[in-house]
Amino acid sequence: MHYVETKDVVKQFSQHLALNKVSISVPKGSVFGLLGPNGAGKTTLIRIITRITAPDSGEVLLNGSPLSREDIYKIGYLPEERGLYKKMKVGDQAMYLARLKGMSRDHAHQEIVKWFNKFDIMGWYNRKVEELSKGMQQKVQFISTIIHNPDLLIFDEPFSGFDPVNAELIKQEMLKLKAEGKTIILSTHNMESVEALCDEIALINKSEVVLQGSVYSLRNQHKKDIYKFRLFTDKFDNESLNLNVLTNERYNEYIDIRVRKPLDMDQSQLIKLMLDKYKIASFEEELPTMNEVFIETVTQ
Amino acid sequence: MNALKIIISREYISRVTKKSFILLTIFMPFLFAGLVFVPYWLSTIKDSGVRKIVVIDESGLYASEFESTAQYEYELLSNAKVTDQQSRLGKDVYAILQITDDLSQNPKSVSLLSEKQAPMDLLQSIERTLSEKVSEQKLEVLSHSDNVDKKTIAQVKEIIESGSNISLSTMKWGDDGTISETSTVVASIVGGGFTVLIYMFIMIYGSMVMQAVMEEKRSRIVEVMISSVKPVYMLIGKIVGIGLVGLTQLAFWGIMLGILFTGASVFLTNPEQASQMVAASGEMGGAGAIGAMNIEGAMASIMSVNWFEIILFFLIYFIGGFVMFASIFATIGSAVDNEEDTQQFMTPITILMLFAFYAGFYSINNPDGPLAFWCSLIPITSPIVMMVRLPFGVPLWEKLLSVVLLYGSFILTSIMAAKIYRVGILMYGKKPSLKELIKWMKYK
Repeated sequence: MHYVETKDVVKQFSQHLALNKVSISVPKGSVFGLLGPNGAGKTTLIRIITRITAPDSGEVLLNGSPLSREDIYKIGYLPEERGLYKKMKVGDQAMYLARLKGMSRDHAHQEIVKWFNKFDIMGWYNRKVEELSKGMQQKVQFISTIIHNPDLLIFDEPFSGFDPVNAELIKQEMLKLKAEGKTIILSTHNMESVEALCDEIALINKSEVVLQGSVYSLRNQHKKDIYKFRLFTDKFDNESLNLNVLTNERYNEYIDIRVRKPLDMDQSQLIKLMLDKYKIASFEEELPTMNEVFIETVTQ
Repeated sequence: MNALKIIISREYISRVTKKSFILLTIFMPFLFAGLVFVPYWLSTIKDSGVRKIVVIDESGLYASEFESTAQYEYELLSNAKVTDQQSRLGKDVYAILQITDDLSQNPKSVSLLSEKQAPMDLLQSIERTLSEKVSEQKLEVLSHSDNVDKKTIAQVKEIIESGSNISLSTMKWGDDGTISETSTVVASIVGGGFTVLIYMFIMIYGSMVMQAVMEEKRSRIVEVMISSVKPVYMLIGKIVGIGLVGLTQLAFWGIMLGILFTGASVFLTNPEQASQMVAASGEMGGAGAIGAMNIEGAMASIMSVNWFEIILFFLIYFIGGFVMFASIFATIGSAVDNEEDTQQFMTPITILMLFAFYAGFYSINNPDGPLAFWCSLIPITSPIVMMVRLPFGVPLWEKLLSVVLLYGSFILTSIMAAKIYRVGILMYGKKPSLKELIKWMKYK
């Protein structure tokens, strides 16, 4: 079941084709990574999903039916370029944004108090936004994004501006939201958080989707036949094996080596070859990081 | 719709609760009253001490004409030398007036010697005294010539003396046949005042809309906002909210002015005070025209102005003009990233506004002339110029046409503004050209 689907979405700006037949499918209750280099068209796609701009052609389905005006209340969007009214009090600001999302005053107040306490900014309720640090403003923005309990959350670079402690807090909140069954689209350049959080990703490059699928399968597709062995030995002698050894690191009791498997050899042959000579402590096939997948795909 | 209400109330409340707004609203009328009355009050304070003017009249014809006033004391010396008196200059003598010959024969034979530049009122009073005497002299000479009838001379004298006392009172013929006394001066002041007011308000509140749009764009709150509300709601909310702030201020001032006016009319109908005011304003020159009328007449002509009509049309034109200019200003604010870039777009608007302002002022002299007529119909200038014409009376069809044109074009500019605004607020970086702005209007 897909919560968000875009079908052949095309968006043309005067001289520039921002999106060229972009189709993505975001499974319900998953964290979906929307990746791509700067200027690839991610923000345009998000703006189309959030109904900020309309596509030239193609359609967007939310929970199986075409996106309508009322659906924006089911979406929480934290843009990359985000700000607050500097002269407004923090609490009033959160209230204003919550009420624009269709919440009643009482309900909004309840939720604001709950979240402000959770994020430890209740003491700032009556202070002006301009007195807040950047990180604290980010917290207010994060709260404003999720306060109306939307089913779909779109975070564009949510971790920028946060210290590691607060970044972890946001990460945990996102996982909690996912556990509650919310669908999350995460657009970020931070590949570590993609690996840690995302179930599936779509990689957009030059206005087109160039890669789509689960994080694991994509990493698997991009593997380079590199194997990592931990051997109980004090010397690794490659002469008889004649393998392509990438690294060779010696520790007190063992040696870690990374080798590239020859194309004409299968996995079991390689292990057998090693096993004949050395005592193997561990063995794993090395998958490329998302970072490597990203760079490889984009620079191809 | 609900979102729009929330936006309007935020825009409104955040502004009217600002300390600077409250202070300005309360103290502006006092400040304004101060600006009018303090110079007037200062001008009534005379220099302390009497200034002595030595009059050396060698002709012996004029010295007796000079009568000492509270300010100037004339010392008449018929046979003194200027050089002897010169040493007194700057001590007990302020100036020396020397008349060397009969002025009716030789008008240049008079000079005033002073250490400092002599004030205007002294020069005027001397000139007036002398020229009155000289014309008398000339008439006298004429009456002695044989071929002129003495009776005629007497009549001419009478004409000259009465000439300055004519006061033209103007009447207006109402549609229902009633005749009401009007005053062109009052109409000019009322028209001029409302023109300044509407110009100021459109400029101040229009650019407030632009500032607010730019502020939202610069602080990047737009991105957060437009994910929950339509951009056009933000635009309407801003214009309506700020417009209401303007109306609030106007209403407050209107009430205060009403109180002041009532107070003033009580003060002015007190005869003793009133005569002082008349005397004082007569000296001021500029306000002399009103001062010359009797005060009750002035009050009557102030009341004769159709205030209901003027205020009604002021509101209609303020709303129309404000929305039109505010939507243009909002478009500019949305299209640029920073203050400096607004200049390119602001200049033509400012020139248009200034043109309207001056057209309004020249229309005071000729409120039914072609300049006034056309400028009060063209939507960009009409809110400003029509305010000048209203107190003089404008045919109904012109008023209706002007309002219809204004409201029609404000709908047009708002639609254009909304289209550009929704694209502009999300565009950062390069300053767009006019061509690009037009292209933005076509975006889906």
